[in-house]
Amino acid sequence: MRFLSTILVALRALRRNKMRSILTALGIIIGVAAVIAMVSIGNGAQAQVEAQIASLGQNIILVFAGSANTGGARSGYGGAGSLTVEDALAINSQIRNVVAISPEIRGRAPVLANGLNWFTSIAGESEDYLSMREWPLSAGIDFTKQDIRSAGKVCIIGQTVVNNLFPDGDAVGKSIRIRNLPFTVIGVLASKGFSLQGTDQDDIVIIPYTSAMKRFSKQSFLPVIDVQAASADRMPNAEQDIAGLLRDRHHIMQGRDDDFAVQDQREIADARNAANKTMTLLLGAIAGVSLVVGGIGIMNIMLVSVTERTREIGIRMAVGAHGSDIRMQFLIEAVVLSLMGGTLGILLGIGASQFLSQFYHWPVLISTTAVVAAFVFSGAVGICFGYYPASKAAQLDPIDALRYE
Amino acid sequence: MSTVVKLEAIHKIYDSGEVKVHAVRGVSIEIQKGEFVALMGASGSGKSTLMNLLGCLDRPSDGRYLLDGTDVSHLDRNALADIRNKKLGFVFQGYNLLARTTALENVELPMLYSKRRVSRQDAHARALHCLDIVGLANRADHFPSQLSGGQQQRVAIARGLVNEPQVLLADEPTGNLDSKTSIEVMGVFQKLNDAGITILMVTHELDIAHYCKRNLILRDGQLVSDVQVADRSIAESELQRLREAEAAAKLTA
Repeated sequence: MRFLSTILVALRALRRNKMRSILTALGIIIGVAAVIAMVSIGNGAQAQVEAQIASLGQNIILVFAGSANTGGARSGYGGAGSLTVEDALAINSQIRNVVAISPEIRGRAPVLANGLNWFTSIAGESEDYLSMREWPLSAGIDFTKQDIRSAGKVCIIGQTVVNNLFPDGDAVGKSIRIRNLPFTVIGVLASKGFSLQGTDQDDIVIIPYTSAMKRFSKQSFLPVIDVQAASADRMPNAEQDIAGLLRDRHHIMQGRDDDFAVQDQREIADARNAANKTMTLLLGAIAGVSLVVGGIGIMNIMLVSVTERTREIGIRMAVGAHGSDIRMQFLIEAVVLSLMGGTLGILLGIGASQFLSQFYHWPVLISTTAVVAAFVFSGAVGICFGYYPASKAAQLDPIDALRYE
Repeated sequence: MSTVVKLEAIHKIYDSGEVKVHAVRGVSIEIQKGEFVALMGASGSGKSTLMNLLGCLDRPSDGRYLLDGTDVSHLDRNALADIRNKKLGFVFQGYNLLARTTALENVELPMLYSKRRVSRQDAHARALHCLDIVGLANRADHFPSQLSGGQQQRVAIARGLVNEPQVLLADEPTGNLDSKTSIEVMGVFQKLNDAGITILMVTHELDIAHYCKRNLILRDGQLVSDVQVADRSIAESELQRLREAEAAAKLTA
């Protein structure tokens, strides 16, 4: 009961000095807001990488064709016609740790159906592509080996394409025209939504890579081969074997550079994740320092407050307050200040994170752990930095305190 | 009649390094229930020290202090705080009200630190009753800054009364007040005393001491005089006389 009324006394004291209370809490507000915002941004970046990995599929290795060098102007990866379908098939059949491959050709083209048209991306892939990318169908069937072998005029379309060409929703079995060539829709992909970079993953038409080569690119080489390894720990071996195999097939002498590149997305992702983690930690640490500075601000004001209210302390002691009552009163004031700061800081931090994601499209992810931790930590700051001033108040002698001018 | 305050050969020595100050040298006093005592003395006579001892704000170096039958001379800080809360009421020279806190809340303050539970409604009712006794029930929600000196002192008296103390201790309660307001405050004390409340006050003003029933004089830490006041002033009639004089002055003006 004494505890309850002490809380009331502390709240009343804070209310009497509204402006000062808010300014004192400002240090904590900014500190907590910074922590929340920083951690949200860090988590968002990490989640983005995770999502990229997930949409990439498990244990995927990408083999790019090398860059072409035409009179000193170098193209990017895939520019040189160094990868062939035979290379892809060889990787699939000769390397033990590889379970599936998909030669990949991408382009963009207008697609017509139902008197409607839509400009979308066209991907030539193998029959294993969807299972490699863990991408289920919402209707229809996947490619068969026969479709690939015969460069069949069949396609699987994404949800966005369905929405734009088949407003009724029923697309399977219908015909669409890609660059004026008729294709039959055999399947509709389940929606994957936007990637975190903001591209619509459902805005796609997938056709057999053989069709893409024969009917659109009209070239015999491939820019990219997607390869799926048997498991994560076999990926390094698989990568070495692929490189060895391709050097062999391309007759590259020892000491000469590869005319292809093997990339393991997991490694890139891990590196990016590590960088993100370091960044989050660093930003979090800076924000943590500002929290400590906020705590010192509270201690400073509480010390001033104790001096200023020496007489009040004397009066309270004269009418029967124990030292512990006084200590509790000032401690509660400090904790209320810091928790108030913590709460406002959390709101501000969430607001700032939302602002960044709304207007600047930064990937942010507000973590409950960070919110709870920030709240608890701000309370702890109040206790730590409020204890010394509160004890100082509790140790005052009532006679001296009453005489204090 | 029962003895409320009993000092037995009380000594207080301040030991501040090399110099020892013997502020109170063997004072023995007995105060019965219902008495109205003025403690007088020049500055440096030890009356403030004695008041601190009587108020359980300090402990004697030697001797025994029985308050309402219990020996309080060797109690620790917290036990003394509880005694102050339960058995003593304080009125200070500088009023010592909490600023920016209403009169009612000021009066409720001692109940906040009571050992026994007081509900909010009870606390309100009791505080209001005490304000009523000092004639300020209609000012309950005023802040000290909105009250005159005399009114502030009356709020302080109400605060001293709220826990129904054995003794009301007043340290120069009229020291900051003009003469008319002083008489008014003494009137409040006399009324309380008539209702049976034991009052012990420190003053250096002879005419103020004259409103009390018994005068003690302290010199160099020792009690040199202890007399019953023969024909004590009655605040009511003094105020009446003042009012008449004022009226007469206005008539002639």
